[in-house]
Amino acid sequence: MSEKKDYNGVETTGHEWDGIEELNNPLPRWWVWVFYATIVWGIGYTIAYPAWPGIKNSTAGLLGFSTRANVAADIAAVNEQNAALVTELASADLVALVDNRDSELYSYAVNGGRAIFAANCSQCHGSGANGVAEGNGYPNLRDDAWLWGGTVDEIAFTVSHGIRNEQSLDARWSEMPAFGEILPQEEVEQVVQYVLSLSGNETEAALVEAGAEVYDINCSACHGVEGLGDTFQGAPNLTDAIWLYGGDVESVTETVMNSRFGVMPAWSQDFNEAFGLTADEVNAVAVYVHQLGGGQ
Amino acid sequence: MSSTDEPSLYAKREPVFPRKVKGKFRTLKWWIMAVTLGIYYLTPWIRWDRGPALPDQAVLIDMANRRFFFFWIEIWPHEFYFIAGLLIMAGLGLFLFTSALGRVWCGYTCPQTVWTDLFVLTERWIEGDRNARVRLWKQKWDGKKIRLRLQKYIVWALIGLATGGAWIFYFADAPTLLQNLVTGQAHPIAYTTMGILTFTTVFMGGIAREQVCIYACPWPRIQAAMMDEDTITIGYREWRGEPRGKGKARDGLGDCIDCNACVNVCPMGIDIRDGQQLACITCGLCIDACDDMMEKVGKPRGLIDYFTLRDEEVERAGGTAKHIYRHIFRPRTMLYTALWAAVGLVLVVALFIRSEIDLTVRPERNPLFDQMSDGSVRNTYELRIRNMTGDDRPFRITVSGDPMLFLQIEGTPYETVEVGADEMLIQRVYVTAPAGSEASEDARTDFRIWVEDLESNERTYEDTHFNGLESR
Repeated sequence: MSEKKDYNGVETTGHEWDGIEELNNPLPRWWVWVFYATIVWGIGYTIAYPAWPGIKNSTAGLLGFSTRANVAADIAAVNEQNAALVTELASADLVALVDNRDSELYSYAVNGGRAIFAANCSQCHGSGANGVAEGNGYPNLRDDAWLWGGTVDEIAFTVSHGIRNEQSLDARWSEMPAFGEILPQEEVEQVVQYVLSLSGNETEAALVEAGAEVYDINCSACHGVEGLGDTFQGAPNLTDAIWLYGGDVESVTETVMNSRFGVMPAWSQDFNEAFGLTADEVNAVAVYVHQLGGGQ
Repeated sequence: MSSTDEPSLYAKREPVFPRKVKGKFRTLKWWIMAVTLGIYYLTPWIRWDRGPALPDQAVLIDMANRRFFFFWIEIWPHEFYFIAGLLIMAGLGLFLFTSALGRVWCGYTCPQTVWTDLFVLTERWIEGDRNARVRLWKQKWDGKKIRLRLQKYIVWALIGLATGGAWIFYFADAPTLLQNLVTGQAHPIAYTTMGILTFTTVFMGGIAREQVCIYACPWPRIQAAMMDEDTITIGYREWRGEPRGKGKARDGLGDCIDCNACVNVCPMGIDIRDGQQLACITCGLCIDACDDMMEKVGKPRGLIDYFTLRDEEVERAGGTAKHIYRHIFRPRTMLYTALWAAVGLVLVVALFIRSEIDLTVRPERNPLFDQMSDGSVRNTYELRIRNMTGDDRPFRITVSGDPMLFLQIEGTPYETVEVGADEMLIQRVYVTAPAGSEASEDARTDFRIWVEDLESNERTYEDTHFNGLESR
């Protein structure tokens, strides 16, 4: 340590770096008092607010502050604010609602529906509502093809009652026979070629001709004479570009041979007390799905 | 060394009682105080007509609606780069002024200095000049002392209240807010903010004063590092003044008559004759005080003066100082000026070429595309259309770049949407490529989305891309 010097009555600390010396100026006294005050404040703070950790809990604090309670209060306040909209939505005329896009109720339904969809529907239909992956049996809800109808009322009905479940007696229900047990292999091949020809795929002309007859006898009752499908029975349109389980020969053959049996739970609280949706929530999610781009 | 020789770790504050002073720098400071405080207190009351849909306050920071109004300029949140640019200019401006003129910001325009000056002035009006104030401070508490102190704090509180009040008027319509404040109907946040600012103004300007500059403010440290030998700063011509001494007999004595005038007027309570020091805010009052005294004793002015450290050495050796402009116009300051002006020019150009409509496009990425039942491929886009004019306007949305891409606006069969005055519309649109078209097959097709204001025919676009089947 080098020597201590004095500049204008202020001593240096004796520290020196490359000729730069450090003056030993005292701290202002108020600064020290502020330091003590922060300590006192800190102790007071831990008494007033939850702070000291215990085995199971921390101390609660004299002010009874709780972020959890604050969130609960915020949620209650929002619910109270939305109460009128919820009541209105539960019994709303959905067809009129989706035509009235500037209304507060519509906006509430779409935004609420988005959250409900994300929590309940996205597991199968995907967070983008396009059906997780192509050809897996979970329909894309954004396109213009609807198995059970794409009006907002029909969507709300499908959400409430589900598809092919035991919960609701009104569930959408249809079942295609497994034609592998009914038709000879040869006729299955023919009808597959015919079905693929309906949507303009390259097919073998001879098989298609024979398949037309097989189709008329076995398939036209549900899928229609022209293959346009029937939303009353949930029979898909076979002439469009959309294939729920894949549109190649292999997938269609599998469908014809063994049939498919896609299910969806009945989402209304009437059929599922624990996890079901209330009437306003069903309507909200129906409005949300309707405005994704394919609603009719 | 015994422990009694150790200096104390803490020092009691020495109160500062600046004496009244007259002179050119004091006059300049009064003018700067009047102008800066005038701007601060009066600006919120300037009116500016922007039409019925927009506020008519010339300068308004509208937090609730996320707008900043400055006379004819309206800044939206997405134009925040203007604020960033102004901050860069402020930074470069500080570099420029500090390298050329030292701590001129601290001495003349810093709010802490300006308000402290105002508080010292009112203190002098109420309690008298330096000697009276020292006496009052030393005397026991009696009726007179209580009365004067009470008077002083009431005036200070009123100044603080006006300061806090002026602050909140920048954030809401000033006349309405004032009316609400007086009738007790204003938001509690307004009262709280006023209360806090009243307290901090009185505390910082009236009580803490020089302590803020010496112990709390980072600028003295930073500015000291930005000064050099050519920076114009305030100092004491030691070679001329020393050895100092009182009395008429000046044999062997310098020009300094040791009258302590420079110390008595200093708002920081320092002795400039000790040399350059961190606590000096270069306010120039010691120059006024010393020049006044030099005139009285018949010596040339400038014993304490603005000079550069380089000149000081030259003068000490008997030479003449360079002209002041030779210190100001040098590469360093010119570089700062050029940078400062360049940023300013960019901002002004940006301000004049900016459009009153704005579009951003967010392509939907979940999913990248949807195939429709007729085999066509559809992409979804979320448009943000900003109408920065004062009236509702119809906007036409179109696409260009690929004739086989067709646009449809969600929820309407028309190709126009209406965007409200000073509003942003979030609009979903669909772009469809027919089955078999190149765009429907290719992974990526670049194209352009346009919006056109049908009233002014002003239009803008954003480039985006279309995902076809191969992007799967």
